[in-house]
Amino acid sequence: MAEHKQILLKNVREKDQHKIDTAIQRGAYAILKKTLEMDPLKIIEEVKTSKLRGRGGAGFPTGMKWGFVPRDSGKPVYLINNADESEPGTFKDRVLLERDPHLVIEGMLCSAWALQSEWSCIYIRGEYAYPYVQIQRAIDEAYERGFLGDNVCGSGWKHHMVVHRGAGAYICGEETALLESLEGKKGQPRLKPPFPAVSGLYGCPTVINNVETLANIPWIIENGGEAFAAIGVENSTGTKLVSASGHLNQPGVYEVEMGYSLLQFIEEECGGVRDGNALMGVIPGGSSVNVLTAEECAGVNLDYDSLANAGSSLGCAGFMVMDETTDPIEAVLSLSRFYAHESCGQCTPCREGAHWIEKIFARIAKGHGQPGDIELVESLCDQIGGHTICAFGDTMVLPYRSFLKKFRNQFRTRIAEVMKGVEPRRESIDFEAGMH
Amino acid sequence: MSFSMSPESEQKVNELKAKYPQPESAVMPILYLVQEEHGHISDAAVDWISEQVGISPAHVMELVTFYTMYRKEPLGKYHIQVCRTLSCGLCGAKKLMEYLHERLGVEPKQVTEDGMFSYEHVECLGSCGTAPMCEINDTYFENLTPEKLKTVLDSIEKSRPDLTYSQKRDELGSGLDGYSKSEVI
Repeated sequence: MAEHKQILLKNVREKDQHKIDTAIQRGAYAILKKTLEMDPLKIIEEVKTSKLRGRGGAGFPTGMKWGFVPRDSGKPVYLINNADESEPGTFKDRVLLERDPHLVIEGMLCSAWALQSEWSCIYIRGEYAYPYVQIQRAIDEAYERGFLGDNVCGSGWKHHMVVHRGAGAYICGEETALLESLEGKKGQPRLKPPFPAVSGLYGCPTVINNVETLANIPWIIENGGEAFAAIGVENSTGTKLVSASGHLNQPGVYEVEMGYSLLQFIEEECGGVRDGNALMGVIPGGSSVNVLTAEECAGVNLDYDSLANAGSSLGCAGFMVMDETTDPIEAVLSLSRFYAHESCGQCTPCREGAHWIEKIFARIAKGHGQPGDIELVESLCDQIGGHTICAFGDTMVLPYRSFLKKFRNQFRTRIAEVMKGVEPRRESIDFEAGMH
Repeated sequence: MSFSMSPESEQKVNELKAKYPQPESAVMPILYLVQEEHGHISDAAVDWISEQVGISPAHVMELVTFYTMYRKEPLGKYHIQVCRTLSCGLCGAKKLMEYLHERLGVEPKQVTEDGMFSYEHVECLGSCGTAPMCEINDTYFENLTPEKLKTVLDSIEKSRPDLTYSQKRDELGSGLDGYSKSEVI
């Protein structure tokens, strides 16, 4: 099996890594001490050199985002760790929060120093109660040892860190919705510009980064941006945590070097498709990307460019695998239920369209599809994508359009079967749309 | 309608307001605190929170209805949330749902007569690699089958474990004996 550099997961299988004494023994907070002696602007340059891209799904260059923060606004700068992980297929941040929380904290502290921020917040989804207690306890320990507080490591710099629990809204993973939520409001996204780096939490410069992104920072500071950029491929440097799930023999979280073969990842790290079944398709980047058929996976690598060229996206690498027993109609129906439920309701095309699309997929799955349904969904997608305040609408339509395009015959056949009164043959995965 | 919180909770509210640069940010953890003490967030609770935080009752109600984890009505002592999104669906979530429907004899979000259980189908819980699964109160139960879920619920009926996160004690309940709080790795 290929050996991949383990920057992020190297401690997670060791016992008691969440406890500060064990963590310190393996080197936790040593890099922080070095960092506090470095010029903050130099650290930002190092992160730019690393070409680290945001790991939450959008892949925006982290150094560039940090560079947007004005150094002279007179307002406090805030750092937010986006731990709202709710993209279907994604469970990688949870591993870091549960099993190596001191890495998360150290990553945030190093980043906060670079940004000259004295207050940071981890926004963690409400359902992650166990990861929450793990990270909160680690923060309490860090305070006790002087790694947080009014005099971090005796340097004179002060930094305070809190954890804020969400309460069940996927949209709060969107940066500006997160800010709204943290300010005590509904998580309804803001128009951008202004971007959070200029006007974020309480109108102050704010950097929001994903858990995995921030966890890379200590390694980059210790080994240098060039060393990080030497791992992976041209525009996708470093490693990626892939959350693999679905019809696999060994689902789980794996850290692979960017540029690794998608099919080799399925066969080796994930142990292949279950029951020796043939692959039907893969949704590689969390659900908000185009689905790839088995044929389309040939020659594709797990990096931003390769997946984009293949017509999909690396996203957050929420890697869902569907074998030949999958009904693509039910698969996309399941996703449409998700998006309809999670739409924040602010923009009419998304608020209305998401529910209409769910209903149409449900009636096709249930056996009441009508001629014209495929075209109707496609027309709704055209009215949603590009017509909303945030990217939720744009990315929601990607699975819809791609499933309809790539599995069009199955949709047509199901509608035609209905018209001929043919009994459904497959067992439904959908409790609510059940064919029986 | 008289609504009150324990003195300990009132103290906690002050701590929460001081935790953030601006006190309105504390409204979400305060909602959780009310829900922990009273089991749900009533209209009277909304008024109380509104006064504590300095925002309108309508604003508080927006939050109660926007965020799925806040509830206006009480649910079962043990509330089972079964993930219904794609990976769990592919790995057999439907069988868990059918089992719950049959065992408990109620529809989603209805409470069993003895007040013990309620359930609902929820969106992705971030446990796709250990699908299918559910969350009961604040504790995950992963790699489930209907048989395993039956064993879990039988054990819960017998031992009445603490599966809830308490903000007052700042700890997650000790969980169900013999079950790990997380099987993700």
